[in-house]
Amino acid sequence: MNEMNEVRKPPVATTGIIGWLRINLFFNWTNSLITLFVIYCLYQFIPWILDWTIFSADFKYNYLGEQITNQEMCSRNLDPENGGACWAVIYVRFYQFIYGFYPKVEVWRVNLAYVMLAFALLPLLYAKLPYRKYFLYFTYIFPVIAYFLLNGGLGFTEVSTNKWGGLLVTLVLGCTGIALAFPIGIMLALGRRSKLPVISMMCTLFIEFIRGVPLITLLFFGMVMLPLFLPEGIDMDGLVRVLVAVTLFQSAYMAEVIRGGLQAIPPGQYEAAKSLGMSYWRMNLLIILPQAIRISIPPIVNTSIGLFKDTTLVIIVGILDLLGIGRGTLADTNWLGLSYEIYFFVSLVFFIFTFGMSRYSLYLEKKLKTGINMGAD
Amino acid sequence: MSEESIISLKNVNKWFGDFHVLQDVNLEVKKKERIVVCGPSGSGKSTMIRCINRLEEHQEGSIVVDGIELTGNLKNIDNVRKEVGMVFQQFNLFPHLSVKENITLAPIWVKKMPKAEAEELAMRQLEIVKIPEQANKYPGQLSGGQQQRVAIARSLAMNPNIMLFDEPTSALDPEMIKEVLDVMVDLANGGMTMIVVTHEMGFAKTVADRMVFMDEGKIVEEASPDKFFNNPESDRTKLFLSQILHQ
Repeated sequence: MNEMNEVRKPPVATTGIIGWLRINLFFNWTNSLITLFVIYCLYQFIPWILDWTIFSADFKYNYLGEQITNQEMCSRNLDPENGGACWAVIYVRFYQFIYGFYPKVEVWRVNLAYVMLAFALLPLLYAKLPYRKYFLYFTYIFPVIAYFLLNGGLGFTEVSTNKWGGLLVTLVLGCTGIALAFPIGIMLALGRRSKLPVISMMCTLFIEFIRGVPLITLLFFGMVMLPLFLPEGIDMDGLVRVLVAVTLFQSAYMAEVIRGGLQAIPPGQYEAAKSLGMSYWRMNLLIILPQAIRISIPPIVNTSIGLFKDTTLVIIVGILDLLGIGRGTLADTNWLGLSYEIYFFVSLVFFIFTFGMSRYSLYLEKKLKTGINMGAD
Repeated sequence: MSEESIISLKNVNKWFGDFHVLQDVNLEVKKKERIVVCGPSGSGKSTMIRCINRLEEHQEGSIVVDGIELTGNLKNIDNVRKEVGMVFQQFNLFPHLSVKENITLAPIWVKKMPKAEAEELAMRQLEIVKIPEQANKYPGQLSGGQQQRVAIARSLAMNPNIMLFDEPTSALDPEMIKEVLDVMVDLANGGMTMIVVTHEMGFAKTVADRMVFMDEGKIVEEASPDKFFNNPESDRTKLFLSQILHQ
């Protein structure tokens, strides 16, 4: 009997690091060959990329110890044997990358807006935040504050939007587009599924038209045609016109994504809500949308990431976002030929934001799945 | 219509496309009466009770519930739905809300009840269906029988005058059917007006004041349980009973 009760340990080779390696990397000879090949590639690539980006790179000074002010002073241009990336271009142009041509005296306003944006996002990203309710109030009024802070008015000097640029424009377009498109998309999705034929037809037409047109066309439309629809004497700001185009575009996509979620809700949920005496709006706000949006989190984040990257298209209507500033810098004779550095930097900034969004969506999915078992049936 | 009828269906007709699902259905239900509706699948029994709280629209005839005629008038529909509770075959609990929230939602948002009061009410209803200890769980963590009892509690929290049950035990494992039927028997003994679509003939014999047998969209037979089970008039009823009672 004692032998029966003896604690039996699992076979050594299937657990621990060695077990993991055996099962995942060296399971059979093809598997092992592929593993060795990948290790060899990484061995070639990683030292090279680290050397280029960090160890042999210039940050502010070249290898002679001089401060770099143009591309000719980069170590790799002085001595092709020497040197990796020349990050000095980012260092010198950093202000433009982050703020565009925003006046230096007023730049504290942009910085304040960046900090406030972080605070506004906090209660949305972290549900267990203490005093979340009060943070949320701030989130709701943040767009208004940001408008006056960035644009001017209420005692602030006006800074015309053609001076905005770089990350500032990217974030303004991305955040406003995503934030406005979400409620509009929900309304369009509900509208398209409405039983009232006029509403359903109008929403369907809008969605199909906007979705069927490339974003670039919409941007040109915003730039050229939108002013024609406005009464004479009213001039619409260039950035606002682009924002309208971007928001319309994103709303149509968001509507379809949310409609997909709505279609996954079993009819029994509608019937239960109705039989309890709920009105159309209560039923949707309290029962249907919370479930539909939960189902749609991955595609919602997917289209949002898409939009964030698509904002770079505004370059064609003459607005300089992060990528636009990068291309502008490349056109400067002082920094000619530093495209690797500039595109690497721009990509990195975009990657940080989009990767953050994607991680956040994973966190949300995990949180909602573990807390609540949706498998009722 | 007799004075004491709380539900009155007169010559109700309904079609799904070309399919004539309800054919001249007439039914009067008195206050505190317990009606059990049975019949083969596709006979229109579910459709009939779903017309009573307007989850389905009838196309001809009239349906009057507690003095309110069901027409396209949205306000009337809302008023009827506040009077009538419904329990579904698939429970239809809200999976994103806890058991307690499932029950308090409608009292808070439809009846404007203060939250504390609604929670107290929810706990009382959970005592009645005998699962107060599950209040903070989510529907997905409960067994089918428990979910159906929560669904009953959710309906009762709106304090309805009439309860409709649409095959409440058909989706349950056999050992869970009894716990749900027990709750329904308690409810019937408490004087609730009930229309129950079910194949649980034991339950029907215990609580029903009247049996209604439907086939092919028509009410074939209406009788007291005693007469219905021991001495049915129509051959169709006899056939149905022989099939369901001697499986």
